[in-house]
Amino acid sequence: MPTVIFEKRVDDIPKWLPFVTSMGSVVIAFVISGFILWLLGGQPFVVGQYFFEASFGSWAVFSDTMVKATPLILVGLACTVAFKMKLWNIGAEGQFYLGAFAASLVVLVPLVPAGTPKPIVLLVMMIMGMLGGALWGLIPGYLKAYFNINEIITTLMLNYVAIQWNNFWIFNSFSDAGFQMTPSFDKSAWLPRLADYARQYRFLSGMTLHLGVVIALVATVVVWWILARSRWGYEINLIGDNPLAARYAGLNIKQNIVLVMMFSGALAGLAGMAEVSGVVHRLQERISPGYGFTGIIIAWLAKLNPFAVIPVSILFGALILAGREIQPSGLANMLQGFILFMVISSDVLLRYKIKLVRPTVQEA
Amino acid sequence: MLKHYPTMTTSYAVEMTDIVIRFPGVLANDRVNFTLKQGEIHALLGENGAGKSTLMNVLAGLYKQTSGLIKINGQPASFNSPKDSIAAGIGMVHQHFMLVPTQTVTENILLGLDSPRFILNLKKYDQKVLELQEQFGLRVPPTSKIWQLSVGEQQRVEILKMLYRGANILIMDEPTAVLAPQEIDELMQTMRAMTETGKSIIFISHKLHEVEQVADRLTVLRKGVGTAEGRSMKGIDKAELARLMVGRDVIFSVSKLPSEPGDTVLQMDNVSAENDKGVPALKNFSLTIRAGEVMGIAGVSGNGQSELAEVITGLRKCRGNIKINGQDLSNQPPIMAIKSGVAHIPEDRHHVGSAPNLSITENTIMKNYKQEPIGNGWTINFPQARTHARGLKEQYEILAPNVRIPARKLSGGNLQKVILAREITTQPSLMVAMQPTRGLDVGAIEAIQRLLLEQRSAGAAILLISEELEELLTLSDQITVMFDGQSMGTLPNDDTINIQQIGLMMTGTSINEELAIKN
Repeated sequence: MPTVIFEKRVDDIPKWLPFVTSMGSVVIAFVISGFILWLLGGQPFVVGQYFFEASFGSWAVFSDTMVKATPLILVGLACTVAFKMKLWNIGAEGQFYLGAFAASLVVLVPLVPAGTPKPIVLLVMMIMGMLGGALWGLIPGYLKAYFNINEIITTLMLNYVAIQWNNFWIFNSFSDAGFQMTPSFDKSAWLPRLADYARQYRFLSGMTLHLGVVIALVATVVVWWILARSRWGYEINLIGDNPLAARYAGLNIKQNIVLVMMFSGALAGLAGMAEVSGVVHRLQERISPGYGFTGIIIAWLAKLNPFAVIPVSILFGALILAGREIQPSGLANMLQGFILFMVISSDVLLRYKIKLVRPTVQEA
Repeated sequence: MLKHYPTMTTSYAVEMTDIVIRFPGVLANDRVNFTLKQGEIHALLGENGAGKSTLMNVLAGLYKQTSGLIKINGQPASFNSPKDSIAAGIGMVHQHFMLVPTQTVTENILLGLDSPRFILNLKKYDQKVLELQEQFGLRVPPTSKIWQLSVGEQQRVEILKMLYRGANILIMDEPTAVLAPQEIDELMQTMRAMTETGKSIIFISHKLHEVEQVADRLTVLRKGVGTAEGRSMKGIDKAELARLMVGRDVIFSVSKLPSEPGDTVLQMDNVSAENDKGVPALKNFSLTIRAGEVMGIAGVSGNGQSELAEVITGLRKCRGNIKINGQDLSNQPPIMAIKSGVAHIPEDRHHVGSAPNLSITENTIMKNYKQEPIGNGWTINFPQARTHARGLKEQYEILAPNVRIPARKLSGGNLQKVILAREITTQPSLMVAMQPTRGLDVGAIEAIQRLLLEQRSAGAAILLISEELEELLTLSDQITVMFDGQSMGTLPNDDTINIQQIGLMMTGTSINEELAIKN
């Protein structure tokens, strides 16, 4: 009987291997889900086809998929930045809410006079969104840096504070006739959508994809540049890999903890702004269906590579969308779970070589 | 039991024949033969990575050989776990002690044994431990807690642990590395006493003079191959031992020009500091180093040397005055020390001196990434950084396939060269070098020592903290001895230097007390 041996990799892993194992994991997750569906008496291929059509079947539904992917990209980047420095920011959800809240203030208070040109309104909203998220990152960052308080606990707890904060102001000051939402924003505070150009280009009609996706893509490039090319990125990588060495090299670690948490928060806040200004056009209760938490998974699956965050976010966007179309909707959650499980398991292939060995004759 | 071999031949405690040990991509041992006679001290010599520990770990049951035969007391043996090895009477004293600090000596000795099972009659066992101590002259109070003991005493506990388990074959992995000169002498006496009662000892070391002093026979490994297998110690000198280990002649004295000390670079006055546990580790310590001078710090590890290096480099808070080139730097952040020209070769090159998963390039720019041409405003010019790293790799003969591989893939010696290259590039006025050659092989030690002396010629002040007295004597212009966080005095390193005296100072006799005794 040949035995299976896990042999630790000594040499570098080939560059294509992480890509292949990640893709393979997704495929296997689909296969397993299909099998379970079949056991339950379903028709896996029909469901699979429907699944695909619901999220990629036409330009119109692909546009919807991208609408879902937009906040996921930004939140995934937020987690990527923090995780690079081994700061476990699981508060992207709260930072998202604060970003949405702060951006909405621009219209609700209002912070700009009526009749302000659209680009300026949107720009102010973006800045406010980032500030709101950054503030929600600053608090746990400061506590971590100067009092060594565990950021996992503080960021998690601040999520709930942010959600209740949002609700309080919606009900207390900005409610639309007592509903759990504010009145719709003025059109000058809406991010441009593809559908806005339907008059010139007929095929764009009904497409809800908004400018936020461009913001997300630009943010991806910026985050990549910071992490891979900038001085600050070098410091983040150094602190993340070995804080003792970073201190020895004269880096100010406390300051960097605060800055990275603020940057991470600002990205999540930007996602919140894009959601209120690009999709719902108002501030409302439960504005996020857990984007902040999905962002953690996305950053992890993308192996903290900013560019990989994009395809992973699109996949998760598609899953969210398909989950709405398919009954029972738990199917999408199951698939999501299997994907995560498989990708994390596939790490074994990156760390070990698997060999089949026939037993040699043992010497006495 | 009847023995089938003639009783006339010497009986071997251990016979290892044609041992091959293969790890993925590495042949750690290639047909090595090793024999240990009853009642002898057998030295096992070799550079780091030569395969000594691997071979002994097979004997201790931690690894299994790929092929080859092991006999213990003439009987074929096969060890699947350390338990089998202990049952066969083999005990290994590891370099890093495996003791529970908050428990007593007796408790540590009994730990993991089948008896006593439920009722712990410690008094009875204290007595047993005492009897064992008497037999071998290994004195440690059985009721003391481990944390109260000196390093030498802790080592005795480790040895007692093995003897209590009935070990007849003792493997000692670099036992002298942590000891003061006097303690080394005591250990050697103990080893002799043990062999007289019939125990056999394998002594792993790379300190040639100790091997000369204590061993009966020796086996030398080089790159996994035995270059001497069971040779008698008679007629072998140091130079030959070194050749067997390294495969070429090694120059023993790194030549040193007379020093030309310049202005005072480091001035420390009454500096005190606590260690990580909040216990005073540095007590009213004063020190002066001038440009172009090597100040050696001798002492058994854990007597405040780490804290000394850390307060100077800004990594630890302190009280008192530290001036570098006239500028007060006490309690300033590390960046201030770096800016005023302090380079630092940290004690722990893996955990402090380098970032293991970052590339060689990223490791070489740790101190100058903000400066042109590598740092360029907000960005880092990575092509420039790689050119810089390639230049250092060439100049310092760092063995690596390229500069993109992560630092963790480098061997200890090459990693140390990366750190040294980086620190020297900053053109320091003060170089704080803590154990710069620890754990390196002979070739790398020589290279590192040369580089330090080049810095001295270039006019840098050098603070060399080392546990190797030989290294301090080779490189230093003056030697300060530390004990319990205090300076025991400073001696000029010239012909009048007395090693016996340094040894006494290392165990707490200050230079003044000694003069008082003499007069």
